[in-house]
Amino acid sequence: MARNGVVSWRRRSELDGLDLSPMSNSGEAHVLAVDDSLVDRTVIERLLRISSCKVTAVDSGFRALQFLGLDEEDKSSSVGFDGLKVDLIITDYCMPGMTGYELLKKIKESSTLKEIPVVIMSSENVLARIDRCLEEGAEDFIVKPVKLSDVKRLKDYMTKDAGGVEESGINKRKLREPSEQPPSPPSILPLSPTSSLSSPPLSSASSLSVPSSPTSLDSPITRLKMTNSD
Amino acid sequence: MLGLGVDRLRADMNRLLAMLFHQGVLDEQFLQLQQLQDESSPNFVSEVVNIYFQESEKLLRNLRELLMDKEFSDYKKMGIHLNQFIGSSSSIGAKRLRNVCVAFRAASEQHNRTGCLRALELLEHDYCYLKNKLHELFQIEQQRILAAGVRYPIQQIN
Repeated sequence: MARNGVVSWRRRSELDGLDLSPMSNSGEAHVLAVDDSLVDRTVIERLLRISSCKVTAVDSGFRALQFLGLDEEDKSSSVGFDGLKVDLIITDYCMPGMTGYELLKKIKESSTLKEIPVVIMSSENVLARIDRCLEEGAEDFIVKPVKLSDVKRLKDYMTKDAGGVEESGINKRKLREPSEQPPSPPSILPLSPTSSLSSPPLSSASSLSVPSSPTSLDSPITRLKMTNSD
Repeated sequence: MLGLGVDRLRADMNRLLAMLFHQGVLDEQFLQLQQLQDESSPNFVSEVVNIYFQESEKLLRNLRELLMDKEFSDYKKMGIHLNQFIGSSSSIGAKRLRNVCVAFRAASEQHNRTGCLRALELLEHDYCYLKNKLHELFQIEQQRILAAGVRYPIQQIN
């Protein structure tokens, strides 16, 4: 029906009254979490599930590549994913064998996988490390311990969300020039819950606004500065 | 009477948590874990904490084995264990243990064996304290669940 066709994957916070479940074939984002620590895997899995994501958690970069169909043995990476499409990869930096940085590089070098946003987590907030990861194409860098507010921010990067590309650009820009104002978010319109269901004016940008990009308080660099001053 | 029991138990839990916060044993990440517990995952905190305990005890054993070896020189390996311990401690909000591990790691980087031994003893002692207190916390919580009957969810500590 037209109503659901327009609003399928817009941010739910705006559309609390609408039932989006008929679209749930592609409704929930699928996140691949990579961390060698079982404690951290358990926590990140819960954080993601409670934020309405499907989660696959693996304990190494090798297993992540296996899951993504990019084995060492199988060079033909056209095989595709193990069942579900992956909308985001979140990986720890410090892992034995393959580090999160090495995993990031392999993903960005792959023609089939490079579009998947990758987020790095680390308990060490070393600016050189962060810079290196962002330069290699990571969408964001989260300093552990990971909190619910971090995961909520991640939802902006998921490929399901068309606003995602803009948002990641904003965060990267914030890294380089903290004083610069982020551009206003794209004005893609969801239906107003109260309006009539017949032909919404998709071109007008009037009353409805997409929730703004993360405030400067939530940006990784500001958070780092706050923790550095402890 | 049941109501009174539940309230008193909740007060006991709050008091214990406040004390652990005040002592610097726990930090707000522990509260974050509690926020992740609900009807769909009613034992989340104790599950994670028990995984943490299992991993920690393994790490502590490894660290002690390394240091007890008279020929010990593999500070790099010790550093790896400590990084793991630091990471998992911070993930559950075990602030005191994390800080002791950081000091331990500094001693290890300086190849200071005596300093490492001292740090390990402190770590073992503080770990025992944390484990006892968290077990106490979970016990009070279990009693409160029983006293509350079918009342749910577990009240969040503010």
